[in-house]
This record gives sequence, structure tokens and C-alpha cells, in this order.
Amino acid sequence: MFLVNYIKEIFGALKSLMVGMRRTLFYFTNHKQIITEQYPDNRATLKLADRFKGEVVMPHDENNEHRCTGCTACELACPNGTIKVVTKFDITPEGKKKKAIDKLVYHLELCTMCNLCITACPSDAIVMAQTFEHSVFDRNQLTKVLNKEGSKIMEGIE
Amino acid sequence: MIETVGSTADGDLIINIGPQHPATHGVLHLVVTLHGETIKKVEPHLGYIHRSIEKMCESLTYRQYIYVTSRMDYLSSHINNHACSLIVEKGLQIEVPPRAQVIRVLMDELTRIASHELWWGAMAMDLGAFTPFFHAFREREVINDIMEETCGARLTMNYLLPGGVLDDIHPNFQRKVKDFIKLFKSKIDEYDEMVTGNIIFQSRMKDVGYISAADAISFGCSGPTLRGSGVSCDVRKIYPYEIYDKLDFEEVLESGGDSFARYMVRIREMKQSIRIIEQLIDNIPEGEFQAKTKAVLKLPKGEFYQRVETARGEFGIYIVSEGGTTPYRIKFRSPGFSNLSALDHMARGGKIGDLVAMMGTLDLVIPDIDR
Amino acid sequence: MWSFSEIANMIHTWLNDTFSPTLVTIIEMVIMGVLVISLFAVLGLILVIMERKVSAWMQIRLGPNRVGPKGIFQSAADTLKLLMKEAMTPNGADKFLFNFAPYLAIIVAMLLMAPIVFAKDFTMWDLNIGVLYVSAVSSLSVISILMAGWASNNKYSLLGAMRSGAQIVSYELSAGLAILTVVVLTGTLNLNEIILSQQNGWWIFKGHIPIIISFLIFIIAVTAETNRAPFDLAEAESELTAGFHTEYSGMKFALFFLAEYVNVFIVCAIGATLFLGGWMPFHIGNWEGFNHIMDYIPSSLWFFGKTFFLIFLIMWFRWTFPRLRIDQLLNLEWKYLLPISMVNLLIVTAMAILGWHF
Repeated sequence: MFLVNYIKEIFGALKSLMVGMRRTLFYFTNHKQIITEQYPDNRATLKLADRFKGEVVMPHDENNEHRCTGCTACELACPNGTIKVVTKFDITPEGKKKKAIDKLVYHLELCTMCNLCITACPSDAIVMAQTFEHSVFDRNQLTKVLNKEGSKIMEGIE
Repeated sequence: MIETVGSTADGDLIINIGPQHPATHGVLHLVVTLHGETIKKVEPHLGYIHRSIEKMCESLTYRQYIYVTSRMDYLSSHINNHACSLIVEKGLQIEVPPRAQVIRVLMDELTRIASHELWWGAMAMDLGAFTPFFHAFREREVINDIMEETCGARLTMNYLLPGGVLDDIHPNFQRKVKDFIKLFKSKIDEYDEMVTGNIIFQSRMKDVGYISAADAISFGCSGPTLRGSGVSCDVRKIYPYEIYDKLDFEEVLESGGDSFARYMVRIREMKQSIRIIEQLIDNIPEGEFQAKTKAVLKLPKGEFYQRVETARGEFGIYIVSEGGTTPYRIKFRSPGFSNLSALDHMARGGKIGDLVAMMGTLDLVIPDIDR
Repeated sequence: MWSFSEIANMIHTWLNDTFSPTLVTIIEMVIMGVLVISLFAVLGLILVIMERKVSAWMQIRLGPNRVGPKGIFQSAADTLKLLMKEAMTPNGADKFLFNFAPYLAIIVAMLLMAPIVFAKDFTMWDLNIGVLYVSAVSSLSVISILMAGWASNNKYSLLGAMRSGAQIVSYELSAGLAILTVVVLTGTLNLNEIILSQQNGWWIFKGHIPIIISFLIFIIAVTAETNRAPFDLAEAESELTAGFHTEYSGMKFALFFLAEYVNVFIVCAIGATLFLGGWMPFHIGNWEGFNHIMDYIPSSLWFFGKTFFLIFLIMWFRWTFPRLRIDQLLNLEWKYLLPISMVNLLIVTAMAILGWHF
């Protein structure tokens, strides 16, 4: 009886090993199953999801105008102090003083892509971009000014 | 302070496993006293990735602190976020719309599967089988893609707000999840072929790292670690939150108490999660995905506690509020910390190879332990 | 049709005609040394790239595909990198032993090359105790591992070396017994004669079940002897980081690496010689035409084909199975393999005496 069990044990063990080996042989011979994406080569076809949170950007229209009023809602919403809004006072044609942004400084190195600033923004001035290749040689390059040089606020945004 | 170098007077070897070691999956430092190959004592040293998240949360508002908790147990970050949202909703009595509840639970279960997939692959790798790791990642990648499409990120999704979810589900979501279920069901047998049924694997896992139910409770273990010892402890069943009380799923229990029992609990839990997803995926109610909340959330004065079931066990948040916009004191009860405390008890008398297997079945995520 | 043996004879005759006999011996030795070293390098490169490709395909990956067409020069680039890296010696290490161990490993692997029959009548040293020589010299490799583990002054290395010591010493037994079954059947220790005895069929076919069992035991035992997964306890990446070569870097590490692969090649070559007929082509009974076509395939191709098939088998094991624990490893040897191979040897001896084989 002992001998029968002993031999049974050996054959059971060998069978369990064979089952695993059959599986790996299947993948060894079926190269269609390979899932590797050859990343830098497939840049052209690589498409990220629309909602992918890559970095905060401020869209500008063709007249170099943005929608940011400088209300600092994003700055307050940010958990990490990623956004700094530097405001200035513009003189409107009527001669009134109007608050506007001088610079919207964005520290990509601090950002956790939590999307809170986007939801906080009352005028949809900032959105998430689908970029992801953020590596640079100097971390200073990660501190970005979101509004473009000489841009101004769109008409009708309060 | 214990000695971390050299050997003891009895000629036992003291060996440092970690903080940089392939088996610790992070910066865990184990000081192991060995007699030959046999383990006499295991002393975990923590603190290598301590970021004082609890203290950090005390200076953040109730919307902001959710995103920090993603960085604790990064493999079940959605479930951590869930607990954070639930406690705020509980304090402010916010009614979460049914659609948001279903989406949250769906995401929870997808996260749980993704986490268990990674655990499965990593554990097989700890035991020396490298191939399952890649096979597990194949399925996990599909979940990550679903997450990316709906939540906008793959790992730290940041998809939750107090009162609902950040955005409605993507139009492709339901189709993709169904595809995933089909894929997963066709591949789960491979897991048994490659690992579970393998005689070497079984002999490595069975009767190794035994912990009795009483010991496991006294160490404060939770989740699959405790359920592997046959103790019913699923928060989803005992203290149901969201819609878990209306769902039909069973709490996975194994009576073995050894590494293999813990392994089987997780494998079977994946199938239960699939069952939950199957129930919900076609029944997402229409309606709002976010409740209307005030611009500034202020928890009323008092103490709040909320627990959820993460992939690793019971995750609890305790908040003391003074009525302000930020918590006065916050404490997280992370499952990994208590589970790790049982390691010494399990490992004594085992071999080094067993220690690695045990750490695998405890499914340690170091940032979760250290916070 | 030209063959290795003819080329060798040609060179030998030409040298004999040109130089004095002493000089000829020296020149031939130098040629031999150069050939062995270049075979080493080529084998190392081929086996490394083969392992990487095999593992990649089993793991649904592409594997190296950047350096050269289909990545075939990847291992050459890796070797270049390892050559340029600093070979450090840790403080507190036994300097002499630490630096000597990798060379010992490679010397053992080189010595094992001597009696292997690469093609028809093409061998470096036609030794009449070839089998004994191989099993004797291969046990020296444990010394280099123990040396490396001890001299590193690192506890991981020490544990790895001790594991490896226990492992190699025990698995040598069943490997030896498995080899003995063939020796019993052929009645010779000479590898060339063992091959010639398989003229009318390889031993794995004409030896019945006992030889198949001993072939299986041989494969398991040599996998353990060469420290390959699932028996790679001496390295045990997830347990001991890198085991006995934790402290090694640069070319010193590469020598261990190379020695491991060459050892795999050698044990597979021995396995192919003993069980699969070495360079002997595949023949089926009376099928004259078929046998004739098989004879046209060069003998060296037969030998390397069989050897690489066995190497693939060992790689296949590595990328499928989890690692054993040290006590299970010794259990497997002492409770299963050794008793089975002893009974097996008994049966084969009876077979040989009664003439129950083809």
C-alpha cells in the first residue's frame, strides 16, 4: 500500500508539473499572444484616453486669449500648493482697474493630478492635457507659467 | 534597540533582509535571527517610507485629504479614497446618488482584482517562478486601461469626491468591463495550471506560516490573512457600506490558517469580485453621479470612524473634528501594519524560503504600513 | 564531404610534415586552447541570448530586439558592458580566494570540455574513463562556489554557498547512478564507445522504461547540479538577493555566469551522449532510405541539435516552476531520486545480464 501511494504521489507530482510546462510551451510557440508595446516606436499610434490626467494646461484661442480671471479658486483647491496665481491690475478702456492674472505658475513636480483645480475653476480656464513625457534634466523646467506671453482674458468672462 | 549586525552569543546569524531586498517589495527592513537556515526571530523595522500622511491630512480640507490617501496603499488606492469619502458623507449626512454608489462599488471591485492580480504575480516571483508575474500583468493591464479611460489615471485614480464620483463613467466602460470579465474567466484556469496546482508550489505553501484563528485575532490581522484562518471578518458583510448589503456574494473563508489557505482566499476573492461586477455592470441606475455639496465642507464637532474592506483587509479612518474645515486629528488603521505584526509569530521555526512565501501571502504594501 | 575530423587530421598531417614532433604537440595544444576559449565565448553568448528569448516568449514578451537583427547581439553588448565595469573586491573579503573563485569555476568548466565528443571522431581527449572523469571533475565546481561564498564575507553569500554545497553533493549521487545505468548496459566508460554502442538505436529507445526513468533522473539531477531553477537555491534571488555571487561585479561576475551556462551545455552534452546517441544520427530499423537521408546530416549537427534540445528543456523548467525550499530539495534527492535510481540501476543490471535490450 505504501508503495502504491508512493508511486501515485510521484505520478501526481509529475502530472502537475507537466500541466504547467504545457502552458508555458503554448506561450512559447504562440507569438500572437505577445502583449509587449514597443513604446518609443509606437508614439505615432499611441493614443491616450481623453480623460487622462497628464498635466494642467491653460488653453488659449487664436487671439492669444484665455479664460482665467485670476480668482485663485484653483490655488485654494490644490492640496500641494502646486498652483500660484500672481495677479495684476489691468486698466480697462473705460479707465477702470480690473484684476487679471500676471502669471499662473504651475509646479508640475508637485502635482498629483488630482483634478481638484479643474473642478474648482468657475470659468473652465484650465484643463488636463494628455501628455505624459515629462522627464527633464533640470527640475526648474518643471515649473511652468501656464498663460502665454502677452495673453489676455477673453471678452465676457467675469 | 536590537543588534542588526554580526551574530549572537549562541552562534546564530543575524541577517538584514531589506530595506533593499527583492522579496520585501519596498523598503521594509527585517532583522532575522537565523540558526542555520531556521528562523528564530523576525523583527520588522519600519520608517523608511514614513511621510507622516496623518499629520499632513490635518492641514488639508476634507476634499483635499482624499488624494493623499491614494499614496498609502497604492494598490487599492480607490478603496482608500472610498473610505475617506464615506466618512465625510457620514459626518455631513450627504446622500450619495445611487448611480455614484454603483460606480464606486464597481471601481472598488476592479481595484481589488487588480491588486490581487499583482499580488499573485509578485508572490509567484517570490517563490522563484517568474513567468506568472507577466501573465498576471496582462489581465491587470486591462483593468488599468479601463481605469485610465474613466478615471484618467491608472494607479492613483483620484476618482472620488465626497458626495459622488468626479466624472460619469466613460461610454465604453460597460463594454470594456464585460470584455475584461470574459478575458479573466478564460485566464483564471491558467493561474491554477501555472501555480496553484503545481506540486512545488503546494509543498512550499502548505503547512507553512501557520497562524491559528485566536492568534490572528489577537494580532489584529484582517482581510484575507484573517479569513485564511477561518474567521469571518469581511467588512463588506459585517458593516456593509454603500450597496454591499444588497449584493449577492459570499465571504471567502478558508480554515487552513497556513500560507496556502491565505493564497486560496485571495484567488477565490477574485472570483467573488467578478461576481459582484457581473451583478452590477448591467444595472447601473440612471441619474446624477454627484450629490450637490457645499463649496466648503465642515465636519461637525465630534469623532467619526469609518471602515472599508481593502484588498489587504480592514482599513479604518478615525477623525476628530473641531468643526473646522480641516480635521483636528486623523488616524488611519492600515491593514498591512497589523498583518505584518503577525509575521514573527508565523515565521519562527520556518526556513528563509518560508519567510519569503509568508511575506508574499501577507501581501504587504510598505507605504501602507509606514504611512 | 568534409567534416571536423577530416579538418583536424589535415591540420595534424600538415603540422607533422612541417615541424618537429615536440613543436607539433605544443602548437596543437595552443590551437586547442584557443578553440576551447572561443567555444566558451560563443557558447556563453548564444546560451544567454537563447535563455533571454526563451524566457521572453514564455512570458508573452518580445525579449531583446534592439541590438542587431532580432536582438542577437544583445548578449555581446552585455558582455562588453560587464568587461568595462569595475570588478570590486569588498572590504573584509579574503582577497585571494575571492578573486580566485570565478577562475576556478571557469577552469572546471574548461576541464569538462576535454572528453566530450563533438562530432564523429572529433574529440579533444579520447579518454577511456571519460564518464568517470566527467563526474569526478564536475564535483569540483562546488569548491568554487563555496570559495566564493566564504571569501565574500557576506552572510547571503555564505548561506547560498552552504546551500549549494549540500545540494551539489547530494545530487551528484543520483546523477552518477543515472549515468551508471548506461555504463552498465554498454560496459564501457569511454564516451566514444558509448556512442558507438548506440549504432542501432539510442539508449533512450532501446533501454526500455528503466533508461527513460534514469534519463528523467539525470535531467533533474543535473538541473540541480548546475544550480538552475527550480533548484537555484544557491542564488535564490528573492531569498538571498544573489546568493554566492552577491558581492561579485563586472567580469568576475560574468565568469560565474559563463561557467553556469557552460556547465549547462556540458551536462546536456553528456546527457545527449549517453541517452540520445551523441552524434549518432536517428535511425529507424530497416528503413534504408530514411536512414540514408539521416546519415547525410553532419554528425556535429546531430550532436549540437540534441544538446540544445536538452538545454531548452532545462530552460523550460526554469521559466515554469517555482523554486524548492532547501529541505524539500534534499527530501527530493534522498527520499525519491536516490531510492528510485538505485532500484533502477538494479533493474538495468538485471537487464544487462539477461540481455533484455536490443
